[in-house]
Amino acid sequence: MEYNIKENQGEVEIELAGSLDATNASKLLEELKKLQDKDIKSIIFSVADLEYIASAGLRVIIFTKQKIGRDASMKLISPQDEVKDVIRMSGLDNFLEIEE
Amino acid sequence: MERVDTYPTHEHQGIKFRRGQPLPFGASIVPGGVNFSVFSKHATDCVLVLFNRHEDEPFAEIPFPDEFRIGNVFTMIVFDLDYENLEYGYKMDGPYEPEEGHRFDSQKILLDPYAKAVSGREIWGELPDWNKPFQHRSRVIFDDFDWEGDKPLEKNMEDLIIYEAHVRSLTRHESAEVKYPGTFAAIREKIPYLKELGINCLELLPVFEFDEFENSRINEDTGERLYNYWGYSAVNFFAPKAGFAATGQFGMEVDELKNLVKELHKNDIEVILDVVFNHTAEGNEKGPYISYRGVDNKTYYLLTPEGYYYNFSGCGNTLNCNNPVVRNMILDCLRYWASEYHIDGFRFDLASILARDQEGRPMANPPLLETLAHDPILGKCKLIAEAWDAGGLYQVGSFPDWGRWAEWNGEYRDDVRSFIKGEGEVVGSITQRIQGSPDLYAQRGPTASINFVTCHDGFTLNDLVSYNDKHNEANGENNRDGTDNNNSWNCGVEGPTNDPAIKHLRKKQMKNALTILLLSRGVPMFLAGDEFANTQYGNNNAYCQDNEISWLDWNLLEENKGLFRYCKNLLSFRKNHPVLTSDSFTSGTNATGYPEISFHGLEPWQADFSCNLTLGVLFAAPAEKYQLSADEFIYLALNMHWEGHDFYLPEIPLDHNWQVVANTELATPEDIWPAGEEKKLENQDQIYLSPRSAVILLGSK
Repeated sequence: MEYNIKENQGEVEIELAGSLDATNASKLLEELKKLQDKDIKSIIFSVADLEYIASAGLRVIIFTKQKIGRDASMKLISPQDEVKDVIRMSGLDNFLEIEE
Repeated sequence: MERVDTYPTHEHQGIKFRRGQPLPFGASIVPGGVNFSVFSKHATDCVLVLFNRHEDEPFAEIPFPDEFRIGNVFTMIVFDLDYENLEYGYKMDGPYEPEEGHRFDSQKILLDPYAKAVSGREIWGELPDWNKPFQHRSRVIFDDFDWEGDKPLEKNMEDLIIYEAHVRSLTRHESAEVKYPGTFAAIREKIPYLKELGINCLELLPVFEFDEFENSRINEDTGERLYNYWGYSAVNFFAPKAGFAATGQFGMEVDELKNLVKELHKNDIEVILDVVFNHTAEGNEKGPYISYRGVDNKTYYLLTPEGYYYNFSGCGNTLNCNNPVVRNMILDCLRYWASEYHIDGFRFDLASILARDQEGRPMANPPLLETLAHDPILGKCKLIAEAWDAGGLYQVGSFPDWGRWAEWNGEYRDDVRSFIKGEGEVVGSITQRIQGSPDLYAQRGPTASINFVTCHDGFTLNDLVSYNDKHNEANGENNRDGTDNNNSWNCGVEGPTNDPAIKHLRKKQMKNALTILLLSRGVPMFLAGDEFANTQYGNNNAYCQDNEISWLDWNLLEENKGLFRYCKNLLSFRKNHPVLTSDSFTSGTNATGYPEISFHGLEPWQADFSCNLTLGVLFAAPAEKYQLSADEFIYLALNMHWEGHDFYLPEIPLDHNWQVVANTELATPEDIWPAGEEKKLENQDQIYLSPRSAVILLGSK
């Protein structure tokens, strides 16, 4: 998996590509934890090139919401169909706005 | 603050571990690792076997050092595990002495009885490789889920309208038009439909992990594979059936089911699970080692003095439910589903087995049932018993209840079926059933009675009026399986017909049955699809049919939208008139000056309960008691006779008028009127009922 995290004045953009699963989720999580003490207003996941997301990956998203951006708006941009379905079926779309 | 003792003390094959905590049982994520804990009273040794997901060979086998055993519990913490990619099992050593009840085999890899997720059958129907020694593999889950403030709905029992459904049957047919047919996720897509229908409780057939390939075989006549389709045979009691989840292949069945429960709750629909604690999937002495048999056979099963399995379940073995350890496992299990999955209630399959002692004898005060009735965590959960077992114990009306247990009322089903097919002898019983069965539940009240005419066991409503006999040939048992006691009537022709008179009569009989069901006190339940005349083609025991026999055909919803409309309006009528759902029996007259429920014949106040196919039922609802703007009367006229009859109506106060709510003789949309659109009855003194029809009148100002 490849990832790229950018933060600018409380606006976070996280680019994900490849597959986000148990083998790499914890590494991404460690990176994201660095944002924990900042005042985050919005979080955008750019996932056009993300092909697969496993439960560990979903937990990263939940973690991001709960520990980093409790009051931030969250968006998922251009998910592939399979990723979008997994997110919908597991109920994450409740706090995650999906933008095609 | 982290504990200071979370560091490894031992190492084996490069894996670090230490002694763990005996509670909770199962595998739990702890700082730095996973805590494993498993009970066995009779095992001498235990080995933890660790696999990477989907791999045949374990990456480690760690024997529990003797100092890791606390009492009869083996426990250890293993550090640095990639728990999402982990599958685990146990090997247990101990005596193989079947006559003493012991069947230890140290070569078998066993599923953890407390596993919260189980892999091995994640994709429904994918043929397993039977050469693999470890078929059902324990997994570790992280019990986090964003419930967004959800909690069980805690509806009053008397307000429930239960819809019984099989997860896969509900949406597997292509006509369901859902993205992932046959899954938890697909049910979510059907929530708007369930809302429109008006049910407020979804009762799911077993969703605990089971093996659809248990006793699977090919039907020699058709070449079709037969499955353990219904799943009344748990492999494990804590894990959801992964093959029911669209995300099961990603190991996310737990989240998918929780999400379904959350969405149903958001839409004011409760969830009841059908739970099967009477036996397991391990069968009798010829069955496989999955878990319990190898973990501690003598503890988990009821055994004969010779060490064979008692078979009160009809499925090969009987779980030893009143052994204190097994009892605690059942309690842990239900607490887990109630607290982690927000489940609103449980229906216990063959619950009378839970009332048998360790020798199989029925007990007056079964400790398990008492424990569940008084448990603090289950305090608001519905507890519903199927109050009989396959060993001949029949406890409808006498199931030990502690004021908490309700029952599937088998008498209700039998009496209503008999009455609508034209057996006048049951009319006296019918008066009891409509009142909520005071003859059975005098102490407990009407809400102890789950009223039903159809359920997964037996004919669908359509088939009840379309077949005299069962047609189970497709089950491959020469039509010997399934009950012969159907109380059904085909209305003149066996099976489908184009005869308009027969089709009309069948539709009317279905509406008659639904009318009685929704105008009876107690808790109504019906089978998914009955509201649009779904058929199983005469199969009354579709336990093995993963095909069109079981799958709801949603095309029939369009074909029978009149029946759907009737059902929907009937549900809404029940909700609008609380006198129909009172949770207590009444006697004497109430503030209206009438008895709250009274029974009548063709002449008012002259009921003949000896043998009669005409019956009038008058509900009198005082305004104050039921928070109405004025007193209200409901008259249900039932003519189950094959000839038409004039019913003379009971007098109601002069400022009240009779209005027609429903008449099952008429075609849609004139067969039922929504609230506010009821039609005033022209002749206020009498009404003619066509042969085999029912009429609902509303008497209001």
